[in-house]
Amino acid sequence: MRKYVPKDSVQKKSYYTDRFWVAPRVPRLAVEDEHFVAVVEAVGEDSKESYVEVGQLVIHIEATDNIKVIKKLKEECGYTQCSEQSAVDYLARDGEFELFYQLLNVNEAKRVRVVCRIKDGEPIESITPLYKSANFAERELFDMFGIKVNNHPFLKRILMPDDWEGHPLLKTYPLEGDEFASWYEVDKIFGKEYRDIIGPENRDPAHIDREDSKRFSRVGYEVPFGAEVAEAQSEQEIAYSKIFLTNYNSKKSKVLDERR
Amino acid sequence: MQVSNKLTPFFENLNFERDDKTMVINFGPQHPSAHGQLRLVLELDGEQVVKAYPDIGYLHRGIEKMAENMTYNEFLPTTDRLDYIAATANNYAYALAVEKLLDIEAPRRAQVIRTMLLEINRVISHLFFIATHALDVGAMSVFLYAFREREFAMDLMEDYCGARLTHSAVRIGGVPLDLPEGWLENAASFCDKVDYELEHTYNALLEKNRIWKMRLEDVGVLSTEDALSWGCTGPMLRGSNVNYDIRKEEPYELYGELDFDIPVSDRCDSYGRYRLYMAEMKQSTRIIRQLIPLYAETTPELMAHSPQYISAPKEEIMTQNYALMQHFVLVTQGMRPPKGEVYVPTESPKGELGFYIKSEGEPYAYRLKCRAPSFFHTGLLQEILVGTYIADVVTIIGSTNIVFGEVDR
Repeated sequence: MRKYVPKDSVQKKSYYTDRFWVAPRVPRLAVEDEHFVAVVEAVGEDSKESYVEVGQLVIHIEATDNIKVIKKLKEECGYTQCSEQSAVDYLARDGEFELFYQLLNVNEAKRVRVVCRIKDGEPIESITPLYKSANFAERELFDMFGIKVNNHPFLKRILMPDDWEGHPLLKTYPLEGDEFASWYEVDKIFGKEYRDIIGPENRDPAHIDREDSKRFSRVGYEVPFGAEVAEAQSEQEIAYSKIFLTNYNSKKSKVLDERR
Repeated sequence: MQVSNKLTPFFENLNFERDDKTMVINFGPQHPSAHGQLRLVLELDGEQVVKAYPDIGYLHRGIEKMAENMTYNEFLPTTDRLDYIAATANNYAYALAVEKLLDIEAPRRAQVIRTMLLEINRVISHLFFIATHALDVGAMSVFLYAFREREFAMDLMEDYCGARLTHSAVRIGGVPLDLPEGWLENAASFCDKVDYELEHTYNALLEKNRIWKMRLEDVGVLSTEDALSWGCTGPMLRGSNVNYDIRKEEPYELYGELDFDIPVSDRCDSYGRYRLYMAEMKQSTRIIRQLIPLYAETTPELMAHSPQYISAPKEEIMTQNYALMQHFVLVTQGMRPPKGEVYVPTESPKGELGFYIKSEGEPYAYRLKCRAPSFFHTGLLQEILVGTYIADVVTIIGSTNIVFGEVDR
């Protein structure tokens, strides 16, 4: 029987997990810091949940409120910089994306993470009117997850080519790339009619082809460059060189002056 | 976007002549001043830039995707390839993020070594900046001198970890090796050398150089609001009169107990940023000098003691059965951090390098986001270049100090 591979996540999984293993959780502390209490009060009822995780305030909000809440944080609480924004793919488990906005208050040296969730296919409102850094960050978000961003000035792929299909950071996208990826360069450079001659691109970096004497050699079974590799070739003796090897175990460090 | 097929091939340099008398040119990705793989599409009116569009992604290797498919320790050498000019800064930022997630702290000696390595990497990166920036602007000789000193710093790194560019000199929970004999003396003499050369070579060549000042002064002016709004960090932010350095404001490692200053410039232009880089190198050597006596006071532990996550020292593995079993599980399966998310910012030579890690209790990170400073500095180019002249474009790109390993990831 073929091995079962779940379709909703093709990421690498641990080959063994103890039956009784329960992962602990990073403690989520109550908001006690004076500044953070003021921030939570300013956000008010829009905050669904708030706690402090590893020294940073996390506020969960509704995705539709994102621009309202972040505007409050920027104008009332002094969070003048949006360091980062991106998403986490929870489509397999909840059918949702988790979006986060990482904000920084330069004067207080405090960081807040605003977290919201959107359903698959739902758009999110752009925060480019508030932070210009969102311009690139939201393009990357769109490129990597396919999340549409409303009212973005120039929503276009940023890291992948414009005519790429698929969104690489989704859990359903394999690490080596999909069918489209393996034909992309062949189609682009030579044309579709050359597919049979060239074959799909090998996207496995650890791939070794024993038959290919142009790019691979085999110690003890060397053949001239480009020659056919015979099926049952006998092993040749290896001639080791007699050069003395450098002793890399020596504890002595190099004297800087010697390089001059 | 051109639609290319067999009849109409793809033209690298798009339409030069258009009806509205502006010219569209491709700056890069092969331009020597494009810092690697930047393709900048510039719309020019005469020699003035009307529109700039940075096109990135030529060096995209999917490092964040790789992180989801590797155990935490496996991923560490991959972080070298982010900002390859100062690899230890990336290793450290990643290791610190995982340590925060695991809630462990490196032993004192490891902290001293790490802080020294970070500062040496800062000097390496800044010297590289001065060298390439001056070369881009047209001052060839600075490049030769700066690379000479950078070579000494790389010798120090090589003596410590064996690698010159991709160091992987930091591990999650500490450092793998102790310092070799004579390393501290070499580091001290290196500091003296850098300080001397800063004063007598670079400053003498550039500081009051008429051409250098004409090319840099009032070029690439970035206001404080724009710097904050565009997500600028590091020297770009401090060059725009914001006194914010993560080493000082949110101290990590030993920076809390060290005595150093944060240079800030209120000029908001390329010349101010250049001065800032020079001043920061001086502070780095000052930090290394303070760390040298601290090393002698430490005990020889190099890795944190946390058997659930970090392999025990070699003696324990070789003598105690349970330590060997734990080591075996950690090597074959990888460590399983607790569930949770963490964002840890560090001050890399280019700016705020942060790692966001979302863990679901698996040996593989559920999501890892690398917040690279250069990515946001590249985004800034589309605004800061508008209205400048084509000759200044090179100065401004050089001044942002972007490295494409971390822009494209």
